[in-house]
Amino acid sequence: MATHSERVWHGGGQVVVTGDEEPRGLWSWLTTVDHKRIGQMYMGAGLFFFLLAGIEAFLMRLQLAQPDAHVVSAALFNQLFTMHGVTMVFLAGMPLLIGFINLVVPIQIGARDVAFPRLNALSLWLFIGGGLMLYTSWFFGGAPDAGWFNYVPISAGEFSPGPGVDFYDIGLQISGIGTLMTGINFLTTIINLRAPGMSWLRLPMFVWATFVTSLLIVFAFPPLTVNLFLQTFDRLFGAHFFTVSAGGSPLLWANLFWVFGHPEVYILIMPAFGIISEVVPVMSRRPLFGYTTMVLSVMAIGFLSFMVWVHHMFDLGYGPWVNSIFALSSMLIAVPTGVKIFNWLTTMWGGQVRMNTAMHWVFGFLITFVVGGMSGVMLALAPADLQFNNSYFVVAHFHYVLIGGTLFAIFAGMYYWFPKYTGRFLNERLGKWQFWLVFIGFNVTFFPMHFLGLMGMPRRIYTYAPHLGLTLWNSISTDGVYILTAGMIIGAINVLWSYGHGELAAADPWDGRTLEWAIPSPPPAYNFEYIPLVRGLDAFWVEKRYGNGRMLPAPEEHHGPPGTIHMPSPTAMPLFLALSIIVAGYGLILHSLVLDIIGFGFVAVGIYRSMFTVDHGYFVRPHHIEGVRADG
Amino acid sequence: MAEMHPPIGTHPVEMEMPAAPDNSVLGVWIWLSAESLFFASLIATFLLLHNQNNGGPSLGKLIDLPLTFVATVTLLSSSLTMALGYAQVLKQNYGGFRFWLVVTAILGLAFAGMQAFEFHHLYAEGFRLNSAPSGSAFFTLTGFHGLHVLFGAFWLISLLFFSFKREFVEEAAVKVKVLGLYWHFVDVVWVIIFTVVYLMGKVA
Repeated sequence: MATHSERVWHGGGQVVVTGDEEPRGLWSWLTTVDHKRIGQMYMGAGLFFFLLAGIEAFLMRLQLAQPDAHVVSAALFNQLFTMHGVTMVFLAGMPLLIGFINLVVPIQIGARDVAFPRLNALSLWLFIGGGLMLYTSWFFGGAPDAGWFNYVPISAGEFSPGPGVDFYDIGLQISGIGTLMTGINFLTTIINLRAPGMSWLRLPMFVWATFVTSLLIVFAFPPLTVNLFLQTFDRLFGAHFFTVSAGGSPLLWANLFWVFGHPEVYILIMPAFGIISEVVPVMSRRPLFGYTTMVLSVMAIGFLSFMVWVHHMFDLGYGPWVNSIFALSSMLIAVPTGVKIFNWLTTMWGGQVRMNTAMHWVFGFLITFVVGGMSGVMLALAPADLQFNNSYFVVAHFHYVLIGGTLFAIFAGMYYWFPKYTGRFLNERLGKWQFWLVFIGFNVTFFPMHFLGLMGMPRRIYTYAPHLGLTLWNSISTDGVYILTAGMIIGAINVLWSYGHGELAAADPWDGRTLEWAIPSPPPAYNFEYIPLVRGLDAFWVEKRYGNGRMLPAPEEHHGPPGTIHMPSPTAMPLFLALSIIVAGYGLILHSLVLDIIGFGFVAVGIYRSMFTVDHGYFVRPHHIEGVRADG
Repeated sequence: MAEMHPPIGTHPVEMEMPAAPDNSVLGVWIWLSAESLFFASLIATFLLLHNQNNGGPSLGKLIDLPLTFVATVTLLSSSLTMALGYAQVLKQNYGGFRFWLVVTAILGLAFAGMQAFEFHHLYAEGFRLNSAPSGSAFFTLTGFHGLHVLFGAFWLISLLFFSFKREFVEEAAVKVKVLGLYWHFVDVVWVIIFTVVYLMGKVA
């Protein structure tokens, strides 16, 4: 019997722990299977990689501020833009969103954890391990340098002989397997673990977004897995998938990559849509306008995302018919996306909008994402794209959707959910400083890139001549980076300071609508003292409006023995298994048979132990059993 | 906006959700749907590259169809024995279950052995992973399938050891069901590979 969950509530919703506290210390984090702790580690690791990728971007902009500069060499510049892209997509963007998914989704559906808690921990360690492994490439002769989509033949052994691209192939393979497991885990969780009454059309929009994102992960990652294997075999074992002289096909890489790659960018934006759909109704004190059309448009975007991959390769010569079809399907995505934009605006219309920091980020999101969406439609026009392609116009476009879309939504979610998971608010004053500096800095940095692109400046070029007329906009762009960086530093200070010293938050500080606001801040390890009964869309708000402000308990058969809660045990096995896979990966890259044997041997042991160890878990007896508090 | 939510009491509570499958069973179904995409990508790769012989021998001339046919029958029989084993588990006849489990593992390993023999033969003929794109595609596709068979055999033997433990009884049905799903999936993939790679390769 664990006694570490004896909590009492008093003093306006502050949580005071009277009994033993939850287990602390490094080991408890390394062995945890709690979705909230895993989510926090995803956020922490994601922010760490975000910092690294930010430094890489900063160095690139320093190099490009003036013509003929020598801040970094051409070879280093190639590694910087490759690692910047790979890191932002795979090691910062996705983990930050998966962090929110871990933190929020199980609670929003009224569950105590995900369907496979140990698998969830394995996903985390594979992501962190694969990411760190990728970064060790700097110490083994240089990082990958063939761009984030790593086209052959420049990524083939002949033109990229160092081990950098091997680190790309195997590091991404490892972290990609972790992501695939996350997709499987959350699909199972959302299908199977919904509380009684939580029917499909009562799911919060963030849960819907997670559901579609998980589907995209499950169907988009296998082609990447295959592609990375093919390139690994080409580079390590002399296979000829992409060798033109032997009859191989570089277009195979390009197609398999973008069959994955386009759904991937929707994996990066879909949860962001979900976050915005949570923040807007709460901060506007109105139900989400057009809930059903929101669900349908998320599904439509998810479906269409598999139909558009050739728009990344209009210049590869597939001809007018293929290009026309893919141009049309790409433009079609603007329709469901537009539906979502208008639904958010209509939700705010007539509502009592609270202009706090989270809502600042929402407005920043709406403005910049629409700009990015418009340039996206311009790029979808195949004939125009032949002019834009590989220019800074494309760089401007995807930074408008990935920063203005994904990142601003992540910040909105951070200001919205931080009090729930830490028990403390982020500082609003610092938050608004951060918002305005980032918003202005971002636009000063990236808007000039539209002009640079139209003036013909190509992507991925490490310098330019003074007489080309590119100097002015490049120097303005780099000036914007200083403002942007100042904003990010303020944001980092805000998070670090507020974690220990922020204003204490009650259980329901925003007058929330969904289930996470019906439990204490921060939530206990078991989330709910009893499984709640869901009686409508916006489950908690329904109880505040029509009930007594507390969630009713679900009928008896949905609970375990009365007064006790069954919990899965912590385990070091996921960490052990992830480490074994990393060792095996190094064995492949370094051609070391010893490391391979050790790594794959431990993998076999780890898989056996993971599959056939029966976890009987343990029981928690919460002190405070009378009800989930609505007032905090 | 209160009218958007009907007052409680008039709103039917949807308690009677359809009986959900076990988490493990559902999770394995989703995992296998990802595996389908994995093999679909490999098969597409094979179809794209199977005629690129780089001056070396072509696969169609080297295929030993009778051997592969025997291997196919072996693997498909193992699906039957797997199903028979599951039926014994449902009857809680664990001795009978272990018998069919061992037979399934032997059939799976026999298939892998025939595949290893075939690979050895092809390598001797100069058709290799690193000889031509057709070889790369062939060995990657069939090799990954073979690894799935070997992993299945590892799983079967592990489950055999586990079946002597006390905890086995409480989870037996689910543990065997998910393994069965995986094993049948690997067999179905082989039916497609046999058709696309061997039969179509022979008539081409």
